Amino acid sequence: MLEALPDHPAIKAILAWNNPALTDAKFEFDELTLTVPREQIRAAAETLRQAGYNFFEDMTAVDWFPTTPRFQLSYHLLSHAFKERIRLRTLVDEADAAIDSITTIWPAANYYEREVFDLFGIHFDSHPDLRRIMMPDDWKGHPLRKDYPVEGYR
Amino acid sequence: MATAAETPEITSLGSQHMVLNMGPQHPATHGVLRLVVEIDGEIIVKVRPEIGYLHTGIEKTCEAKFYQQVIPMTDRINYLDPLSNNLCYCLAVEKLLGLDIPERAQWIRVLLTELSRLNSHLIWLGTHAMDIGALTVFLYTFREREEILRLFEAVAGQRMMTSYFRIGGLSMEPPLDYFDRVQAFIKTFPEKIDEYSNLLTGNPIFINRLKGVGYLSPEDAIALGVTGPPLRASGVDIDLRRDMPYSGYDKFNFDVPISHGCDTWARYEVRLIEMRESTKIIQQALDGMPGGPVKADAPKIVLPDREKMKTQMEALIHHFKIVTEGFAVPAGEVYQGMECGHGQMGYYVVSDGTAKPYRVHMRYPSFATLQALETMCKGRLIADLVAVIGSIDIVLGEIDR
Repeated sequence: MLEALPDHPAIKAILAWNNPALTDAKFEFDELTLTVPREQIRAAAETLRQAGYNFFEDMTAVDWFPTTPRFQLSYHLLSHAFKERIRLRTLVDEADAAIDSITTIWPAANYYEREVFDLFGIHFDSHPDLRRIMMPDDWKGHPLRKDYPVEGYR
Repeated sequence: MATAAETPEITSLGSQHMVLNMGPQHPATHGVLRLVVEIDGEIIVKVRPEIGYLHTGIEKTCEAKFYQQVIPMTDRINYLDPLSNNLCYCLAVEKLLGLDIPERAQWIRVLLTELSRLNSHLIWLGTHAMDIGALTVFLYTFREREEILRLFEAVAGQRMMTSYFRIGGLSMEPPLDYFDRVQAFIKTFPEKIDEYSNLLTGNPIFINRLKGVGYLSPEDAIALGVTGPPLRASGVDIDLRRDMPYSGYDKFNFDVPISHGCDTWARYEVRLIEMRESTKIIQQALDGMPGGPVKADAPKIVLPDREKMKTQMEALIHHFKIVTEGFAVPAGEVYQGMECGHGQMGYYVVSDGTAKPYRVHMRYPSFATLQALETMCKGRLIADLVAVIGSIDIVLGEIDR
């Protein structure tokens, strides 16, 4: 994969920054997905921002219950200069469902991280205001997890 | 001789900020938006949006439906721009399936999406002007909106919840005189925009309420995830229709209006020009409308025509299979972005190879844009808050989903 797209600015930037951090890269449906370890997410996001992916477009999680690691976090970054989008992906285990917040890089991530915290129960370290956003504050459970029934418990 | 009464010492009460609750039921919040506003007299110190009052768990519901059953739910997210929602979801699933959409279907999609954008902008203009106090404009814009809704009804049978686009094309060919009706509407529409402009652009009250209000620098706009007209009004030249074309937008000629005003007035100007550009796109779509089918040639995914279903055994089997079992979509994940009336919309669809989506996530512009509210209002008067909410054009359905 890396040999096929050696000139891609995102891959180049990641490799120049920290070669072993890029655990997987794939190009499917005309979309580039880069996987980095959970600990490196903030540094990887900052590297990509400096490489030209200046706009934080979207962030969400996917619950792959019952496999481990259970959660996948997908960050979609857009480059206004290259007119191109990439997906930054990382995996988070259920036992320690926590990851660094990237709100210091893009304040826009604030609501998105709160949403994932609310609906998936993933904790974001050093987030400025980590509260539930969609559900009431006293709600039990995290509705978008796969073991939460579609009809709810009530 | 009387001595002057001793003046009592006046002790300062100290300055204290007041917390004001705006909404969730407030006419200027365009839905069930609740703002907790900290004010110092009339000056805004802090704005904290509290959202979630309209949360219906659409993303969760999608996981329990077949792929084709998700389309009606997408309408209900942004109910002012229904066809853009349909289109974005269909494009995402079509990308997973690798479907080729016939040119005619693509052009009709562009035509209707632009009508839908006009619909969204007309409601914005009417309600925004109404918030400022110019009640009349609302009546004018809803006159044209009514005509657009009639056009939606003619193709989809529904005025607001259209669900007209299907995975693989359109649900059916538009009625015979449809393009003539659109042509008649488009012919007079530029004059109608002049009419709105006459009512507002020179209006001194309107100008004073908007100019210099709600300043948002381009750096802040990008950092806070603002997209669409507010981003372009801050001088950032990006429009996905032109820069990352989808559904055949690369075949159309149109300008992307930019303003460097960064304020509420700039957002007003940008949207007004955008309406004119949309009219141009619709005219081009009408002029160059290609012939051919409106559904992709994929019998296992696209429902057969009613007539074929009643005369051909194979079509009947396909119909039965699609309706009862859905269709399997290859495993993978796609993100489809597009430019809707409010900004950049995005659908992230994850498939595990079955007939039901494993995960559907929607990126809606208002959700991100709402985060910029505090930056725009800090240090301004409460009355400006109303103007700013109107100018970012939020829809609570898409914020809470």
